[in-house]
Order: sequence, then C-alpha cells, then structure tokens
Amino acid sequence: MGAGEYRTARELHNRRQPVLSANADRFYYKEERIFEKPFDWVQFKRLAAFVVPYTRQVLLAGLAVLAATLTRLAVPWLTAQTIDATLEAEVRFTRWTQWLEPFDRPQRLAILVGLMLAVHVVNWIANHERIRLTNWVGQKALYDLRTRIFTHVQSLSMRFFDTRPAGSILVRITNDVDSLQDLFTNGLINVLQDLLTLVGIIAIMMSMHLKLSLVVFTFLPLMLFVTARLRTRVRHGWQLVRIKRSRMTAHLAEAIQGVRVTQTFCQEEPNKDFFADMNVDFRHTWLRVQRQNAWFMPIVELMSALATAAVYWYGTRVLRSGDITVGVLVAFATYVGQFWEPINRLTQMYGNILVAMASSERIFEYLDTKPTVPQKPDARPLPPIRGRVELDNVVFAYEEGRTALDGVSLTVEPGETVALVGHTGAGKTSIINLLSRFYDVNEGAVRIDGIDVRDVTLESLRRQIAVVLQETFIFSGTIMDNIRFGRLDATDEEVIAAAKAVRAHDFIMRLPQGYDTEVRERGSRLSMGERQLISFARALLADPRILVLDEATASIDTQTELLIQEALARLLKGRTSFVIAHRLSTIRNADKIVVLDHGKIVEMGTHDSLMARRGVYYGLIQAQFKFLEEA
Amino acid sequence: MRRFYMPYALWGIGSVLAMAALTAVGLIRPWLLQQLIDRVIKEQRFDELPYWVFGVVAVALVRGVLNYSRQYLGHVFGQNATLDLRNALYDKLQYLHFTFYDNAHTGDLMSRVTADVEAFRMFLSFGFVHLMDIFFMTIFSLVVMLAMNVKLTLVTLASMPLLLVVVLRFERQVHPAFTRVREALAALSTATQENLYGIRTVKAFARESFEVQKFSAHNEEYLKANLFTAGLWARYFPAIEMLSNLALTLILAYGGLLVLRGELTLGELVAFNSLIWYWIWPMREVGYRINELTQAVAAGERLLEVLDHPVAVQSPRAAVRLPEMKGHVRFEHVTFRYQSPRPDTREVTDHPALVDINLDAPPGSVIGLIGATGSGKSTLVSLIPRFYDVTEGRVTVDGVDVRDLDLADLRRQIGIVLQETFLWSASIKENIAYGRRTATMEEIVAAAKLAQAHDFIMETPNGYDTIVGERGMGLSGGQKQRIAIARAILNNPRILILDDATASVDMETEHEIQVALRNAMKGRTTFIIAHRISSLKHADEILVLDQGCVVERGTHEELLARGGIYRAIYDIQFRDYEEQRARRAHGNGGCC
Repeated sequence: MGAGEYRTARELHNRRQPVLSANADRFYYKEERIFEKPFDWVQFKRLAAFVVPYTRQVLLAGLAVLAATLTRLAVPWLTAQTIDATLEAEVRFTRWTQWLEPFDRPQRLAILVGLMLAVHVVNWIANHERIRLTNWVGQKALYDLRTRIFTHVQSLSMRFFDTRPAGSILVRITNDVDSLQDLFTNGLINVLQDLLTLVGIIAIMMSMHLKLSLVVFTFLPLMLFVTARLRTRVRHGWQLVRIKRSRMTAHLAEAIQGVRVTQTFCQEEPNKDFFADMNVDFRHTWLRVQRQNAWFMPIVELMSALATAAVYWYGTRVLRSGDITVGVLVAFATYVGQFWEPINRLTQMYGNILVAMASSERIFEYLDTKPTVPQKPDARPLPPIRGRVELDNVVFAYEEGRTALDGVSLTVEPGETVALVGHTGAGKTSIINLLSRFYDVNEGAVRIDGIDVRDVTLESLRRQIAVVLQETFIFSGTIMDNIRFGRLDATDEEVIAAAKAVRAHDFIMRLPQGYDTEVRERGSRLSMGERQLISFARALLADPRILVLDEATASIDTQTELLIQEALARLLKGRTSFVIAHRLSTIRNADKIVVLDHGKIVEMGTHDSLMARRGVYYGLIQAQFKFLEEA
Repeated sequence: MRRFYMPYALWGIGSVLAMAALTAVGLIRPWLLQQLIDRVIKEQRFDELPYWVFGVVAVALVRGVLNYSRQYLGHVFGQNATLDLRNALYDKLQYLHFTFYDNAHTGDLMSRVTADVEAFRMFLSFGFVHLMDIFFMTIFSLVVMLAMNVKLTLVTLASMPLLLVVVLRFERQVHPAFTRVREALAALSTATQENLYGIRTVKAFARESFEVQKFSAHNEEYLKANLFTAGLWARYFPAIEMLSNLALTLILAYGGLLVLRGELTLGELVAFNSLIWYWIWPMREVGYRINELTQAVAAGERLLEVLDHPVAVQSPRAAVRLPEMKGHVRFEHVTFRYQSPRPDTREVTDHPALVDINLDAPPGSVIGLIGATGSGKSTLVSLIPRFYDVTEGRVTVDGVDVRDLDLADLRRQIGIVLQETFLWSASIKENIAYGRRTATMEEIVAAAKLAQAHDFIMETPNGYDTIVGERGMGLSGGQKQRIAIARAILNNPRILILDDATASVDMETEHEIQVALRNAMKGRTTFIIAHRISSLKHADEILVLDQGCVVERGTHEELLARGGIYRAIYDIQFRDYEEQRARRAHGNGGCC
C-alpha cells in the first residue's frame, strides 16, 4: 500500500463482523450517548410556554387545520356520492343527496363536480394558512428561545465558562434549539391534524356502515402496534448510525488538521488502516440497520392490503345484501388507504418528541443556571473612582478543596503599579479575576475606594477597570471596530488617537485598508505583537482608573517588542495597575512587586529591596540568569 | 467517479430492476378493484371473489419482497461505492503535500468529505432508482390507461404540464431560499462562537448587552430567511396539492360523463382514479429528483478536484535509500518561492520567501535561525524534510539531493517540533509513540523523561493512558509542547528541527522546556528557530534572516562583535542582565 492505493469494499467485506486491523485502537473518540429522553410533562409545558404569546395565531392555525382536514376527508365521500347518485345503473340517494333527485344525471354530475371543486378551493386556502401560521408561530417561538438562551448565557459568570468548552455551549444555542424546529413549526399542529384525520375517517366510515367499519378497525390496533414497534427499533438503529458518523467526522477533521504531523512521522499508512476500519464498521452498522428498516414499508403495505382485502371480502357480501352501494365500497377502499399515513406520522412524531425532550432538557439546564456572582438587588452604581484597591484577608477557591488564594491582604494606592510574580498556579491570575469580580471571594473582601465590589453593579465596576488579557481576542470586523470595543461611543478620531498613543497607528496604516481592514480571530493577518498593541489601544480608549494586565508570553519579534515596551509605559502611567509580568523590565519598573506562592504572599517590596532580601524573588531572577550563563 | 460505482454496478442494476417490477406489480392493484366492481359486483360473479381478494394480499406480498430488495440492494450499492470513495479520499488527503493544505480551508475539505460524499451516496442508494422510477411509473401507467380508455387518458394528462410548471418553478425558487437559510445559520453560529471564545473580553468590558444586540441581528436574519422559505412552501405546496386534486376531479367529471354515455365502465373509472397517481407523483417529484442528480454531479466534481489533485512531493522512482543517515545537511544556492499565499502571513507576493541560501551543517552541529515574522526561518527548515521542494538550487542530506531520497527514509530520521502543537485524540502513550507504534513502554518513558514530561504525565489521572487531544483532558501549552518534544525524539532522529518550540509558554515553563531541548539536541544536527537569544546562544552558526535573505551569520560572539541587528536584539533582551552583571562586578545592588 502506498499513495494512490486504498482498500475496497470487496476486499473488506465480511458478513458477520468486520475484522479490525492492528491500528484500530490508535485513536480514541468517545461514543456519545443515544440522545433520547422519556416524555416529561413539566418540560413539555415549559416549552409550550414559548408559544403562549402567539395564542391567537395558534388558534387560527387550529381552525385552518380543521378546515384542511375536513375538506380533505370530504373528497372520497363526495366521490362515493357521485358514483351512487349519478354513475350507477341504479341510482341511490342518501339523505345528503336527496335534493339532487329532480336533476338529470349529467346535471347531477356537474353539480357534484362543482361541489368538489369548491371543496378543493377551501382546502387550498386552508392549507396555505395552515403552513403560513404554523411556521410563523414556530419560527417566532424559536427566535424567542434563542434570544432567551443567548441573553441568559451572557449573564452567567466566568465559572460557567471555565467548566465548559465553547463548542459545547455553541451546540446548545444553535443545534439544540434547531432540533426543536420540527416540534415547534409542524409538530403539534401535525399531531392535531393526524388525530383529526383518524377520528374523521373513523366517524365517516362508521356513519356509512357500522359493521363494515368495525371489521376494518380490527386491523387498526395491529397497525399501530406494528408501526410503533418497528419505528422504535429503526429509530435506535439510526441513532447508532449517527453516533458512528459523528465519530468518523471527528476523526476526519482531526486527520486534516493533523496532516502535517502525520506526514512528518510517515504515518499515512497506519492512519489509512485506522480509517478503513472505521469506514467498514460504519458500512456494516448502516446495512444492519437497513436490513431492519427495509421491512418497514413492506410490512405497512401488507397490513394495509389485509385491511383492503377485508373490505373487499366483507364489503361485497354486505353489498350483495343491498346494505351498501358501490360508492361506499370505493370510499371504504380509499379511506383504508388513508389510514396509515397519520399513523405513520404520529409514531414518527413520537420519536421526534423524545429527541426534542433531550434537547430541551439541555436548554433548560442552561436557563436554570444562576450566575455565580449575582448582582445584589440593592446594588448601586460605583461612583467614579480614584483607584485605591484593597484586598482584605482574601480566601478564594475555584472549586472546593482547591484553594487558590489563602488569606491575601494587599493595599494599593491610586496610580501605583503592582507586579505579580510567581509560578504557574501561585495565585496571580486569581487576584486579577477577583478585581473585576469575575469570581467572588470565599472569605474577606475586595474593596475599591473603600467600597466592597459586591455592593455595586457589575457594569459600573467593569467599566472602570480595563483588562488586557494575555491572548488578545480579535472580533470579526474592522480594526476600528475592534479598538472601539473599549468604548462604544468613541469617535474615529479618538480611536486613532488611542492607536497612536500605543504606537499601533503605523502598522495599522500599513494594512491594505488601514483602520477599515477586516480582521477576524482565525486566519487573521495580525501577528501576536500587533494583536497585543490593539488590545492596548482598546484599554487606553476605555480610559480606566484601574488597569489589569496579563503580559503576553509568546515570542514577539524584536521590533514589536520595543514598541510594546514603550506602549506599556504609556498605558500604565497614572493608573492603578496590576500586572502579571513576564518581562523583567516591567517587573523592575513596578512600584510594588508581590511574590506569590501557593496562594499566599511570600514577599512584597521593590526590586532592589527584594533582591537585597535574597529570598524567593532573588531565586526566581537568578534562575533566569543562570540559564544564560550555563556553558 | 466511475471507478467507485462500476465495480458494484450489479447491485445497482438489481435495485433498478426490483423497482421496475415493484411499479409494474403495483399497477395490478387498481385493476383488481376494477375487476371487483365490473366482474364480481356488476356481473354478479360472486364465486370469483376469493380470487380477487387473495390477489390483493398476494400483490402486497410480492411487492413486499420487491420493495425490500430494491431498498437493500440500493443501499449495498451506495454503501460499497462510498466506502471505496471514502478510503480513496482519505488516502489522497494523507498524501497531499503541504502546499495543498496551505491553500485549503479545513471547513471546505470537511464539507467535501462529509456533505459531498453523502450527496453522492444518497444518489446511488436511492436517488438514481427514484429517478428511473419516474420513467417506469409514467410509461407503465400510460400503457395501462391507454388500454382502458384513450380519450380519458388524453384529457387527464392534459392537466399534467401545468402541475409540472408549478413544481419546477417552486424548485427553482426554493433552493436559493434554502441557501439563504443555511448561510444565515452559519453566520449565526460564527457570531455565537466568536462571542463564546471572546467571553472574557466581553465580560471584562461589560459588553454583554452590545453582544446581545449583535446576536439579535443575526437571529433576526435567520428568522427572516426561515419565514421566507416557509412562505414559499405556503404558496406552492397547497397549489401543487390543488392541481393534483384538479386532475382527479377532471377524471371524475369527464370519466363520469363517459360512464353515463356507456363508453367506460364504473370499475375503469375507479381504477383511473388510482392510476392517475402514477402521473401525479412523478410530476411532483421530478424537480426534486433532477435537483438531486445535479447536486450529486456537482458533489462528484468537487470530489474529483481532490481525488485528481496530483501529489507533488513523492519518493522518486529510483529513490536513493538512506536507512542510516549521518545528518549532514547542506543548502546550495537555495531559492524558494511559494506558489500561493504564504502559510504564515497569508500574503501573496512575487518576492521569493528564500533567496540564494547557502548553509553547511555537519553532523551534530547546531544552526540557529532568528528574524522577524515572515523572514523565511520556517520556510528554510521545511525544505529539509521536503514539505516543499526548492525552486532553485538544492538541499542535500549526506550529500544526496533530498528530492532523490526515499521520502520515508528522510522523514523518519528527522524530528520536528512545531510552534503549534497538535496532539491526537488518543492516550499520551499513543501520542508519544505516534511515529512508531511498536515502541516499547521503556522507550516511551525514556523519551518523556528526556523531554521533562514524565513527571506531569504521572500526575494525570491515568498516567500514560490518559486521553488527551481536543476531546480529552486539557493540557497546558507547555505540557503539550513537551509531549511533542518526546514524540519527536522517540525515533532517535539524526536531524532535529525546533520551530519556535518555546512560544506561548510562560517564563518558568520556558526554562523547563529549554532544559528538555538541550537534552534532545545532544548528538543531533539541530536547526533551532527562536526569538530569544538565550535559546540560540550556543549554536555553531547563527543565521539572521530578513525578507528571505541571510543578513548576518556567525557565532554568538562574532555577531555580538559585529554590532548589527543581532546585537540590537541582544541589547533589548539583555539590558537587565548586563546591568545585573555590572552591578555584581561593583559589589552593590544586593547581589553577591
């Protein structure tokens, strides 16, 4: 095997169970669970609440459904009347057609055909309204639900986002909501329509001839039972197929993303083995499900044929006795044929509802999540601050038993720059997280100008603190939009002034469309350093009293590095600043260096005083230099 | 695409034959009803009743077998062909060269290997059969209807063109509408995804309500697109239904007249009422089926684009084998130009990425590369394992042009650590042993230890069996980097390429990784790309690149003495250090 060669179904075919290669277990993709939940009445009611604002339209849709169903059912009946009242050698009237007696046959035919046309026109209009209204209601409800969940997710605290990958949140807002589409737009109305149809057929048949209809109905439970049973099995089968397919897709995506690694390590052939195994397994599963699924239509047809045979057999006998007419017999045959469609759809809808239950459970789980840093009901806006920050004996843990800060006390005067130093996990990030109230302290308090951050509104607090993260997030839009994110009402001139102040103006002007250049998070043409400068401009535009900065660690080329150091000095000037520092120059220029270890402050002071102490800080700095001097 | 479905054509033919028989047998049903009315009831031949009733059940049984066969055979046909297609695509994707991937978007490739393959499969599995069935239904039923009554046939079929026109108009309008829905949904997810990835920034600037507004705009467009599509359904679907009903009414009216005139029996009229569905259904479906065919053809073309893409970098026919290389790398007047956007900066320029590079790296030597983003460092090293082929000049290993070497021999003996670490969804053990699955546990642990990864691996829940990667346990950038280093050195490569391996890790971790790298470099020809002078300092030769040209070269000391760019970089990075040392020399500043 090599490039251009692959294994075929003929080679890999094995009826019982595919034979796996030695490479079948080299990757691991978790198999998802089957996504189906038992029917839950409470959840169903909560879902229904989304339709309540549109009750009027729902009622109108109900009327349309009623009209559409009745007109549809009327057609075979009218046909029967036409046969009996005009076409039969020996005409027979029912009490509905008695009034036609005075007319001659062609006239009667014309009248009945005219009636049928009228019925079709009503059916046309009713159908139009039904589709229009149900979709309108369903889409509106979904729109509301989507807005609701997105708005709610926005209000949740960082703890929520920490524990969930962005991808899984996305799936709930888009896919899970979309999977309710069927239920909302057609679902319930269809159930109504199908039930109406069934009841209608039963009623018409019974009114035509009770005994004959009872004979037919004996097949009804059997039909229902067999369809429901088969549907369930087939549905589970398809779910298995879907699960296998999503594993295969997951691997394909990874194989494409990791192709450079594969080629670097010459793993093309072993990977092909792995994929061929997956592929064969997928085919095997598919065909196994198909072997069941393909029985569905034949069995339904057979049931329906048995019912038809009964109508013919028994119906002809009844006809012989003169109890019914040919028209009625034909109508019976037609109605028997129409039985199975609503039954089929109802069982299908049942499956859809179960899947929707799983989706709605996931949606409600989010809607029921409360923000972990709630805003007090009596929270007031934080007045313009001077920037005095005080951490008072703060104890904080991200989760129980994992203490991140253990009794930290620290006072920072307005305008001071504090450098936070320590190993990964020492508590640097936790301190800056508490300042903006991304999390709440477990004990102690964080105060700004003497006010506890928990007593003020989140927005007024965060508006006065600018945060520059290690990795700058670029939103899709122009450079101008991205900087303006710092203050939405800033004018173009103000944006440009901020960019100039942090030395970002020059590189921006070199971009094809200057400030109007479109950028986005992935595949953006900005280097790490340039992104950093943009986030500086963003922060400067917000003009906060307090600045929180997590310095970038990624290697930045030397030109940009110089610009950044310069910009940084401007940004910090005159503001209370907390910096998680990675550059020695930043650390040394700080007014106060706080050395953290295992959630505690172990040393605090200026660079010189700490070096003189020869403690932890001294050790950290020496480690850096020692490396340079080695060999 | 013939090569995929031709080998299994028999299954497909079987499915089509079963379908034809199914449709033909189906035509017996209206005939049975007709016989029941005209013979049994009208002519009072009640003794025949059991035969006709039995006929109904027998037809259903025969149709059941046929229906099962046409479905199952169709699926076997489709599944077999797509299995081959998927394997062929995968093979292609595994071997396509880097230039292909530089220009391809993962999303686009994914949609080809999933959606396009699916479109192809659906057409083979049943689309084709259904398309054929349109002919079977119309032709078979036409014969039967004509045999019954020519006039009635012609009159009812006269209503068909109108139905067809409406259906085709609908098909034409609904597809752009579907596209609009799809695009609106894609925009909505992209916006949501962006919001979620940037949630810290959103929260930090208290921009939640601004984000809700942005989301609402996308949500509204999605709503509008959906309502527009629903509007089309509401307009056309009832109309199509109406036109179908009209055809039935027409039969009743004209057929009724014929019955009254005695030109048609009642049974025939009733049969006609069923037979006309053999025309209505195909008319309603033909647009959809033709569209399915066009999509399958378009999907096939997109797939062929991938399948027929030549693999530009391959082992030559008479490749020079080099199972035990020494690791002597030379660049001789190498010039290289990207054919399309550069993989790093995504820029399209005529300017070559590398200009006339000469370099000699004897076995065991260390070459350092430094320069700004886009200066050509990564391009230079990617020529050694032949990720790209040179435009001019040549790259040799142990004196042999890399283009003459056996590709596997070459790449197996080169270890590479890239800036962006990619780990597979697999156990840590599998990830380290990616290059050689047969490696023993001792070898894997040894490599991990050398890469300073063993300790943190042992702290993970299942040690070396912990699943990592996108769906597995989250590792920090520095931890991933160290696994990548272990993976690169497991095979004991003669040449080691470190492309900015300490990017994206913090100060303390960088220190640990540098120790790991230093271990790894021992005894191997090493190319190291870095922004920090501390990583390059010990190289035997350092190349400073700018816009594809070597602007300075020499050892650390030589370059410092020269006072050029290298010196400038050094000064920025080591101001503090120099100062520190000076202070120490003077015995103040708190240092010994």
